Amino acid sequence: MITITVNGKAVEIEGEMSVERLLDTVEVPPNYLAVELNSDVVPREDYSAVTVHAGDEVEVVTLVGGG
Amino acid sequence: MSIASDQDPTATDVDQPALRVGHHTLGSRLIVGTGRYDTMEQMRDSLQASGADCVTVAVRREKLYERGGQNILDFIDLDRYTLLPNTAGCYTAADAIRAAKLGREILRTLGNPGSDWVKLEVLGDSKTLLPDPAETVTACRELTAEGFQVLCYTSDCPVTAQRLKQAGAASVMPAGSPIGSGQGLLNPNNLRIILEYLKEDDPDYPVIIDAGVGTASDVSQAFELGGDAVLLNTAIAHARDPVRMATAMRHAAIAGRNAFLAGRIPKRLYGTASSPSEGVISTRPYGSQASS
Repeated sequence: MITITVNGKAVEIEGEMSVERLLDTVEVPPNYLAVELNSDVVPREDYSAVTVHAGDEVEVVTLVGGG
Repeated sequence: MSIASDQDPTATDVDQPALRVGHHTLGSRLIVGTGRYDTMEQMRDSLQASGADCVTVAVRREKLYERGGQNILDFIDLDRYTLLPNTAGCYTAADAIRAAKLGREILRTLGNPGSDWVKLEVLGDSKTLLPDPAETVTACRELTAEGFQVLCYTSDCPVTAQRLKQAGAASVMPAGSPIGSGQGLLNPNNLRIILEYLKEDDPDYPVIIDAGVGTASDVSQAFELGGDAVLLNTAIAHARDPVRMATAMRHAAIAGRNAFLAGRIPKRLYGTASSPSEGVISTRPYGSQASS
């Protein structure tokens, strides 16, 4: 198991994995999301190629109501 | 209740060139926010009643492990509306830039035309929600360099407005009064100065009045001053009847814009009669004073 930070919270995952596999834990359609890995946006086309390592900081965001 | 804009015979838009902001062309001159509604259905119906074709949305962390809620994108017709992602709630240029890039990525994957612009909001004070001018200018410059068309929320300070235009803003959006305060346009003179300065030698430069609207007359006033568009949220979302208020805002925008284009008469100290002075049935000379 490795520990990463997702949206500010420490999360344990099985091991290093792709962003795509990490997002399999999420129910919302992937095109409602954007992902940032260590402060850089990960384009959706790269989800399968980009790997999350121990200690990485991941942000997963969506759109909400706002003005 | 839903009041469809296309069913209202009084909803004739103004005969004028469409508003251009950056690469975008807006049919309606109202831009509305999507926050603070009681329900998603109420938001959807209010957006429709407002007649807006551009709506702004915020970027927030997804609640990954406690889901079950609705997603706003299921209630916004992406074929009808151009989304305008915003950086609301950010207090530094760095955070605002991150939010802008994340918003762009979501809109890109959705195929929405709004992926190339952003409403930049960098706050400086959590109580008044007034912007941080230095951070806003920094973020505006960097986002413009990154290829964004930046619509900049700012205060009604004319100097800051000029700095933002110089920093590359596609539109400067001065506040009428603090966000969500409903106080209307507190300093119309400053807004006039901003409009004069930013449009000098550049009359088509879009200036959008953003924030502080309380009711329909505030919207009309913003257009009568010469504002190109109005962005508002809470005045609709927190009205007792949001759909009806959205309808009122649509009419107010049309009325105010028409009044601006038509040209108001100058204010005079004394009355000037609308009826002819000839042929009045009176023994008293028409122009005589009451005391004579």
